[in-house]
Formats: sequence, structure tokens, C-alpha cells
Amino acid sequence: MSATATIDKSGPSRPVRHGSMSRDRRRALIWAYFFLVVFVIFFLTPPVYMFITSLKSSTEIAEARNPWWVFDPTLINYKALLGSSEFLTFIWNSAMVSVLVVAITMVVSVMAAFALSRMRFWGSATLATGVFLCYLIPDTLLFIPLFKMFAVFHQLTGIQLLNKWYVLVVIYPTLTVPFCTWIMIGYFASIPKELDEAALIDGANYIQMLTKIFIPVALPGIIAATIFAFTVAWAQFLYPLAFTTSSDQLVLPVGIVTTLIKGDVYNWGQIMTGALITAAPPLVIYAFLMDYYIAGLTAGATKG
Amino acid sequence: MAQVTLHKVVKNYDETPAVRGIDLDIADKEFVVLVGPSGCGKSTTLRMIAGLEDITGGEIAIGGHVVNDVPPKDRDIAMVFQNYALYPHMTVFENMSFGLRLKRVPKDEIRQRVENAARILDISELLDRKPKQLSGGQRQRVAMGRAIVRDPKVFLFDEPLSNLDAKLRVQMRTEIKKVHQKVRTTTVYVTHDQVEAMTLADRVVVMNAGLIEQVGSPNELYHHPRTRFVAGFIGSPAMNFVPCRLEETSGALRILLPGGHAFAVPAERTDRYRQYAGNADLVFGLRPEHITETHRNIEPNQESFEVTLEVTEPMGMETLVYFQLDGAEVCGRVNPAAGAEDGRPMTLLADLNHMHLIDGKSGLVL
Repeated sequence: MSATATIDKSGPSRPVRHGSMSRDRRRALIWAYFFLVVFVIFFLTPPVYMFITSLKSSTEIAEARNPWWVFDPTLINYKALLGSSEFLTFIWNSAMVSVLVVAITMVVSVMAAFALSRMRFWGSATLATGVFLCYLIPDTLLFIPLFKMFAVFHQLTGIQLLNKWYVLVVIYPTLTVPFCTWIMIGYFASIPKELDEAALIDGANYIQMLTKIFIPVALPGIIAATIFAFTVAWAQFLYPLAFTTSSDQLVLPVGIVTTLIKGDVYNWGQIMTGALITAAPPLVIYAFLMDYYIAGLTAGATKG
Repeated sequence: MAQVTLHKVVKNYDETPAVRGIDLDIADKEFVVLVGPSGCGKSTTLRMIAGLEDITGGEIAIGGHVVNDVPPKDRDIAMVFQNYALYPHMTVFENMSFGLRLKRVPKDEIRQRVENAARILDISELLDRKPKQLSGGQRQRVAMGRAIVRDPKVFLFDEPLSNLDAKLRVQMRTEIKKVHQKVRTTTVYVTHDQVEAMTLADRVVVMNAGLIEQVGSPNELYHHPRTRFVAGFIGSPAMNFVPCRLEETSGALRILLPGGHAFAVPAERTDRYRQYAGNADLVFGLRPEHITETHRNIEPNQESFEVTLEVTEPMGMETLVYFQLDGAEVCGRVNPAAGAEDGRPMTLLADLNHMHLIDGKSGLVL
């Protein structure tokens, strides 16, 4: 009897297993780190190798020494590229194309997504699905018919768009608009219906509802879509390769390949440098906008 | 002048009727509560008044003008939503002034009106905060403030307290009543909570299955329900219903319950009920507060009966007792000192002065 009484007073005598939780967690973390390290090595080796090679002169690259180390670092490749007006033209063309494509994409897709998600009209659901299906058609399938379309367009109107950098501004949105519209439809759908009803009662028309409520609230989604559109426009290779040929009309990815590979002579140092310079802007943009990308601006909109 | 008139209003969603023809006159400055179970069409009715839903048939007029085809912004109404619907990227001040800014009201006036409303609602310190920095009660106040600053003809509330915890709900209920006393704007308020309806309303509209069951003051609905639905919906705990038949013996009427219990109908109701004598499809209704413990001074028309209690729920000022009475679950409210205990027999007193007799088929209170 008395023994029971003491146990009752001192609480449960069974050992409490604090450990199980943290042991599980540790095991999960070990595996997480293992795979993270594997993936980091897998994905970072090429850029590191590019960076190492970009600091070498052509002679050093040709030497049979350890390729993973720079023995005589030099900036000669960077000087050569950034000093060449041809390369600067590529950068300029790429920048123009990307900025214009992003602008067109965002205007079109935000308005389209708003209409498809909020202004219920006949066939809006079908249209929304159709938009997404557009994205599923690969660009390798499209460039020949598109090329033919521009050729016919030239015959009919006399306006030559082929081999002009701005033809890309017309073509890229076929890739970016469907996907961005789809992202934005999802984002707008997460905004509670009462928010637009409140705005409607407050006296907002559809344009005001879009600009004053939807765009600010969906900003993280808009930034995500912008990053996507920029990445697609900046890194696109197939379309510019097919639609532009003169060296003053080329964008960076194609420009590097076509001007730095002369016949069977590969200027590896400059190719690697050019690739690094090309990869830089998306990296910088991701780094700066990542916080926005993640921020949950809609928190507190309705329920707490 | 902002009376709201609904005339034969109908709403169908793809052939499914939500509101099946309702007539309602809401006077200027009146506080009307639409109450009913979920799916009864109360929110749909409110949203039709707001202009957020098209009207399938009938007419809605605000301030004498038919508004069927008038967009929400031109109806001069303000609405408070269940989930507050505050604009998350704007401060409280911006939230409250949004409507005025869209109407291009001068800045000084906006500031003055917002500060005024903030003072009424006691949220002056919160004007620079964002909604996510506010508690549920504060958000609800801001949502009300957004309605008040616009000085509309009609306030529409769509279950505004349902997202708050029980204590805050009671507090905000009083708050809403105070605000209405200060602002005196015609108000239509939707809730599924009959207590909220009773405490807030000048008049309560009880809706069921797309139709109005009864319109009346809270007391009228409580004491003189017209249908079984209203009788059962208003009041907590709900009115007790026991199937019964009515018998006449030498001029006096008696209610016979299926298990053999019998209660004499008060003499003054004899004329009213005589025509139903012999009818076996009736329901006997009595509110829990009219079933109490026995006491010495039994008044006329009070009859005692024996039961075995199943469950007792002490509430502090009273004890709720539950028992079976001829096959029906019945609740009574007794004095905590009366010694009610689970499983014990007890003599209870039914006050038949407050009885209701309901037609089993039509559900009408006779």
C-alpha cells in the first residue's frame, strides 16, 4: 500500500523517452545532408570548372597539367570579351529581348489570369485549361511552323521579322505567357472571394480591383512568374538559333556558340567566360528576389 | 430614409432554389436579423440585397428605388464579412478609407471620418497597423469601421461574429448593438445563432428552406411562435416536443401522451383547441423553463408528474435535467437546490399556462 502511495506522489516512474524524437530527427538530417552534398557536387562542378577555365590562357588550357587548378591566373578572356563590341551587342540584344518579353508576359498573363479566375464568363474554365495545354507543346515542335508563318507574313506585308532580334520578343511569349498565366491563376485563386466582394462594395471597378487589391496581394506570385519569364527569355537557345543569323542580331547564348567556335577551333577560355557572364544575371536576380519569392504576403488577410 | 423592401424575391442556382419567394419590409433605422439553419437562404438573401448575387425573380428596393440591376457600389450599402475581408497589404487607416479614396473624397474629410469611426470603435491606436498585426476582435472592429466611414444607407452583416471565440463573441455583440445605437443606420444582420438574433434584433426573421417562417420581435417569436420550426429554433435549450392526442371529457380538454401521461388544458384555451379534440396527430410543446421542481404554492394549470432523471447539467444558477417522457427526450430547468441527481426519480411541475399545441402534419402552432 505504502509503496503505491509513494509512486503516486512522485508521479509516473516510467522513464520518459525524450530521445526517440531527436534520434529520428538526427537520422533524417543525416540523410538530408548526404543527398544535399551529393546534389551540390553534381550541380556545382560544371560552373566551378567553367570558372577555373575562364581564368586560364589558351596555352594553359592546352597543356597537359591538372585541369582543376589555375597555375597562371589571367583575366585575358574577360578583357577580350568585354572589349569586343560584338559581345557587347549580344548582351544588349539579350537584355532588350528579356526585358521586353518579361514586360509583355506580365501584362498579358496577369490580366488573363485575373479574367480567367475572377470574371466568370462562358468557357472561362475551358480556356484556363487550354492555356495550360499550350505550355505542354514543346518548342522544338513549334519553331518550323513559326518560321513558315513569319516567312508568309513577310510575303504578304513586306515586313521582314526574320533575322531581327525583336522577332524573339514576338515569339518568346508563346512560351512564357501560358505558364505565367497558369501560375497567376493559382495565386489569384488563393485570394479569398470576400476580398473582391469587399472591394466591389467599396466601389472599385475591375481595373481598380486588379491594380489596388490583386496585384499587391499577389506580389509574391507575380515575382515568381517574372523570374520564370526572365529565365526563359534569357536562356532560350533554340528559337534564336533558328530565327536570327546575322551576328549583330544574336543574343548571348547563341552568340557565344556561333562566334567563339570557328570551324573546329574552340576558344575554350572565352567560351567558358561568356557562359559565366551569361549565367550571372539570373543568379543575381534570384539572389535579390528570393525573399519576396518566399514571403507570404497574404497572411492575415482573413482568418488569423 | 433607407427602408429595404423585398418583394417576392427568388433565387435559383441552376434550377436549385435557394430562396423561394420572400416578402420583407425593413423600416428605416431598423435592426433586422435573418436567422435560420445553414442552407436556409439567409446569406443568399443578404448577398442579393448587397448586389453580389443576381436576383432570379422579384424585386429589391433600397430607399424606395428598385435596385435589381444596380451594381453593389451604387447601392450605397456597406457589408461586414464573416472572415473580415480586410485588404492585407493596407494599414487599418487605408482599409477604412479605401472606399472614400475611390470616391475621391477630399483628404481632410477622409481623415476626419476615419478618426471619427475609429473613436466610436475604440481603434484609434491601431490605424497604422496592418491586419495581420491585429487580433480577431480588432479585425472585426476594423471591418465595421470600414462600413461606418462610408456612412451608407444600409449595413449588411454576414455572420460577423462566427470566427470569434465564445467570450469575444458576446463582447462584440454588445459592441455592435452600441454602434447601432450611435449610428442608427438600417441594418440587416445574418446569423445562424438564435441567441445573437434575439439579443441584437428589433425584429427577427426566421428562415427555413428558402422561405420566411416568421417575422417578429424577439419576444413575439419566443412566446408566440407560429410554426414548430420557429418554436424549436428559438430558445436554448430548445422547446420540448412530445407527440400527443387531445381528448374532450365533459367539456374539459386533456392532452394524452403516448405513454399514458395526461395534462389538463387550461380552461381559457378550451375554445381555441376544442375543434382539434379527437385529433391524434398533434404535438405538445413546452419550454424547459416551464418544467420545474415542485413547490408548495402550486398555481392553477400547473401539474406535477414523476420521472426518472437521465442526465443533470448544473449551470450554476439552474440545473438542466433531461429525462424520457413517453418516448421523447425532455429537458427541464430546476433550482440547483432541488436536489436533482442523475438516475434519481424526481417530481416535476409542468406549467401548462405556457403550453403549445402543434399540428403534426402542417407544423403550425394551433
